[in-house]
Amino acid sequence: LSRGYKKTKCTDFGRKKCEHLYLMSFHIQRMPAPIRLRELIRTIRTARTQAEEREMIQKECAAIRSSFREEDNTYRCRNVAKLLYMHMLGYPAHFGQLECLKLIASQKFTDKRIGYLGAMLLLDERQDVHLLMTNCIKNDLNHSTQFVQGLALCTLGCMGSSEMCRDLAGEVEKLLKTSNSYLRKKAALCAVHVIRKVPELMEMFLPATKNLLNEKNHGVLHTSVVLLTEMCERSPDMLAHFRKLVPQLVRILKNLIMSGYSPEHDVSGISDPFLQVRILRLLRILGRNDDDSSEAMNDILAQVATNTETSKNVGNAILYETVLTIMDIKSESGLRVLAINILGRFLLNNDKNIRYVALTSLLKTVQTDHNAVQRHRSTIVDCLKDLDVSIKRRAMELSFALVNGNNIRGMMKELLYFLDSCEPEFKADCASGIFLAAEKYAPSKRWHIDTIMRVLTTAGSYVRDDAVPNLIQLITNSVEMHAYTVQRLYKAILGDYSQQPLVQVAAWCIGEYGDLLVSGQCEEEEPIQVTEDEVLDILESVLISNMSTSVTRGYALTAIMKLSTRFTCTVNRIKKVVSIYGSSIDVELQQRAVEYNALFKKYDHMRSALLERMPVMEKVTTNGPTEIVQTNGETEPAPLETKPPPSGPQPTSQANDLLDLLGGNDITPVIPTAPTSKPSSAGGELLDLLGDINLTGAPAAAPAPASVPQISQPPFLLDGLSSQPLFNDIAAGIPSITAYSKNGLKIEFTFERSNTNPSVTVITIQASNSTELDMTDFVFQAAVPKTFQLQLLSPSSSIVPAFNTGTITQVIKVLNPQKQQLRMRIKLTYNHKGSAMQDLAEVNNFPPQSWQ
Amino acid sequence: MLEESREELMRFMLLFSRQGKLRLQKWYLATSDKERKKMVRELMQVVLARKPKMCSFLEWRDLKVVYKRYASLYFCCAIEGQDNELITLELIHRYVELLDKYFGSVCELDIIFNFEKAYFILDEFLMGGDVQDTSKKSVLKAIEQADLLQEEDESPRSVLEEMGLA
Repeated sequence: LSRGYKKTKCTDFGRKKCEHLYLMSFHIQRMPAPIRLRELIRTIRTARTQAEEREMIQKECAAIRSSFREEDNTYRCRNVAKLLYMHMLGYPAHFGQLECLKLIASQKFTDKRIGYLGAMLLLDERQDVHLLMTNCIKNDLNHSTQFVQGLALCTLGCMGSSEMCRDLAGEVEKLLKTSNSYLRKKAALCAVHVIRKVPELMEMFLPATKNLLNEKNHGVLHTSVVLLTEMCERSPDMLAHFRKLVPQLVRILKNLIMSGYSPEHDVSGISDPFLQVRILRLLRILGRNDDDSSEAMNDILAQVATNTETSKNVGNAILYETVLTIMDIKSESGLRVLAINILGRFLLNNDKNIRYVALTSLLKTVQTDHNAVQRHRSTIVDCLKDLDVSIKRRAMELSFALVNGNNIRGMMKELLYFLDSCEPEFKADCASGIFLAAEKYAPSKRWHIDTIMRVLTTAGSYVRDDAVPNLIQLITNSVEMHAYTVQRLYKAILGDYSQQPLVQVAAWCIGEYGDLLVSGQCEEEEPIQVTEDEVLDILESVLISNMSTSVTRGYALTAIMKLSTRFTCTVNRIKKVVSIYGSSIDVELQQRAVEYNALFKKYDHMRSALLERMPVMEKVTTNGPTEIVQTNGETEPAPLETKPPPSGPQPTSQANDLLDLLGGNDITPVIPTAPTSKPSSAGGELLDLLGDINLTGAPAAAPAPASVPQISQPPFLLDGLSSQPLFNDIAAGIPSITAYSKNGLKIEFTFERSNTNPSVTVITIQASNSTELDMTDFVFQAAVPKTFQLQLLSPSSSIVPAFNTGTITQVIKVLNPQKQQLRMRIKLTYNHKGSAMQDLAEVNNFPPQSWQ
Repeated sequence: MLEESREELMRFMLLFSRQGKLRLQKWYLATSDKERKKMVRELMQVVLARKPKMCSFLEWRDLKVVYKRYASLYFCCAIEGQDNELITLELIHRYVELLDKYFGSVCELDIIFNFEKAYFILDEFLMGGDVQDTSKKSVLKAIEQADLLQEEDESPRSVLEEMGLA
């Protein structure tokens, strides 16, 4: 080449030509043209493995990168396009972001097209780099070519950040007023996006909306309606302002329906369904809560509802929107019935989609138009058998909403059948729903128990954990059904004890009513013959089984223990079982076994009292919308916590502290129990009656969860009283005492005694504070001598307010079977004036009437 | 004032094949690349698992998904809130019709090899998830004219330019 140069150096032209060739030689070596987009796509598709594809991609990316580095304007567009393709395949493309911006800034339309596309795909408002677009977009919004303006509007309207929207809102507003319908329609939707991003800017678009609905162009009309809808949804003032458009909207809609065939906007014989639906939606918003507007649109709604062709999806789409509008505005009853009947017809449609939509709407209206929906109950119930999961779910929800006292038997049959055959994902909800419905509308106790049994046996493993205590409570309270229930439960788990909720309920019942079971007392059905040993067999099987959870085992062990007072021939066997589990690896089980063992060994005289039949429990309902009937805090999570003997120990620290309290020689030390971190329950802590401490630690600052009022007390163990609030069989007459008065804290005891049980004394303590500062975290603890038993219920609060402005009250129930003189040691802890206070005291001044 | 969630909003639209290959993704709500990938993967799985007799609507996360299969391609829209699913089906159908008119009996290969055109058409039909123009003719005309503009734009190239030599 250098020879070539020398040769032709004589002429200028020649020299230029040779320079050219000389330079080109470098070109040839350095930069082949980047392959075209479609070429690349074709190549990549030939890859047979992921690895092969990755290799090709990497190679091409490297080429593209160097091309970018060369700042090559010619092929930038092609390269970015390729990058976008590779990005769609899942490969990183962030290094192309700036290139997109360069393309946008280019003057060529091709570049801008790809550049804006790239920006929309690769950039988002999270990256600051997107702001660099703002200026380009601004220029392009004012471009002489409408398609460039269109690109800018589109990009802004799809991904504009709040900052960009703020900067460019003015331009958009300008374009909203243009006579160019191509731009006007885009500006309207762009404005929608701007308003979404920066709601404060809504006002500035108001003037431009003035004549929007006068447009003939459907594109502008449609997007204008969208814009108006957005504004009305966001601002009550706008809504009020635009209500005056109702007549115009009605007119436009009417024209659409009445007008002849318009090929441009026709879909299966319907004129511009998209616009119709949008107008119907805007009318809905305008007519909501407004009688006049609702009246003004009444006729057109009726017209659309009756005249729309329903053979294709498009017609049904319009009908659907009409129904939604009718149900949401203040329509007259005739129109509402019309709407629900449309939904009823939808339910019978062959098209699944239509059925789905109908069920969704009916679910929304079932509260307000219950009777109208009831008429379609049988069709809805049929939908339970549909193959489509979404339809089934809706049908199930709707069915539960329609259950009432009149149709409970029939509905329950269907729902139980559904429970049997439905997919696992439904079973838990269905079971819960059935329990709820049964509880509300059960025609008889027997039916109720049978229904529960059916659910437990068919979907026993899907039943929610919180259903177990509810069911137990239900069964307990159905006194006349005990024998029947325990018999059925026994039979149910005989064959299969893998379903935990079922087994837990069964174990509990067998423990409670095992005596009825073996004595064959069932009235409702043929009593079965079962021996005590057989009963213990099944409970022991549950204990051993790998399928049993720890909680279930706890139920089983406690049940076995309870049977020691209900069975006559097998007490030794029970003792053996209990002692075996004293060395169980499961800490919970071990603890229970140890305690039960102790019950046998040292406290046998207490056993029958402790293991007595559970009294009827008082129910506490929550006020949640789900209306899940909740028992009071104590009976959750496992009712075992409330049953005798209580299984949870006291928090160790308190136990240790209280040891100090009991110095006296007639008080024996506490049995060491394994420390557990038992959370303080919402209700009162339960006693540990086995320890001689006879103390409870009232939870220091245990606020009850808002939905569980502390009205009901835990089942009262000592005297078989139901959990009624304190009795007042015997009037006062027993003088109160000041049990403690020191450092401004005064504690008074008032007494009540029971007519029915002379061993019981109920003491109400009242703590007051005469100092100038509140006493917080106040905890009252008490200990009594060995021959007494004591139960401390929850305190009213943990703060003793200053200046005697209020008191803490707390109830102590004392059992004094030996009628010994009442003595008590108390321990008080609280925070006062920034320091922790503690005091011990002995109360000796009990009046004789309180214990004799 | 907080940005409330609108009553009706299309969050995104996806096109994917029965083998789970993504052919188009249009996002109308700012989402990170990572999050997008995750959602796409998850949703594809859910939709591809649907049996043919099932209805075109399903609930996924907090969204409603409307999908329809055309030959080997699934068209999937995710909408928020109280939208009218039936009209969304019509919307999907309209888009397919536009593609069909543009490519002439459109098939998946057309979309694969001309994905950028599929985007251009979509962006002429929808903006921010809403329909810009309800006239098929109007949308197609705009695309046609834009294509023309693109062609005029590209100045005639010399052979050398083609070879990358100038």
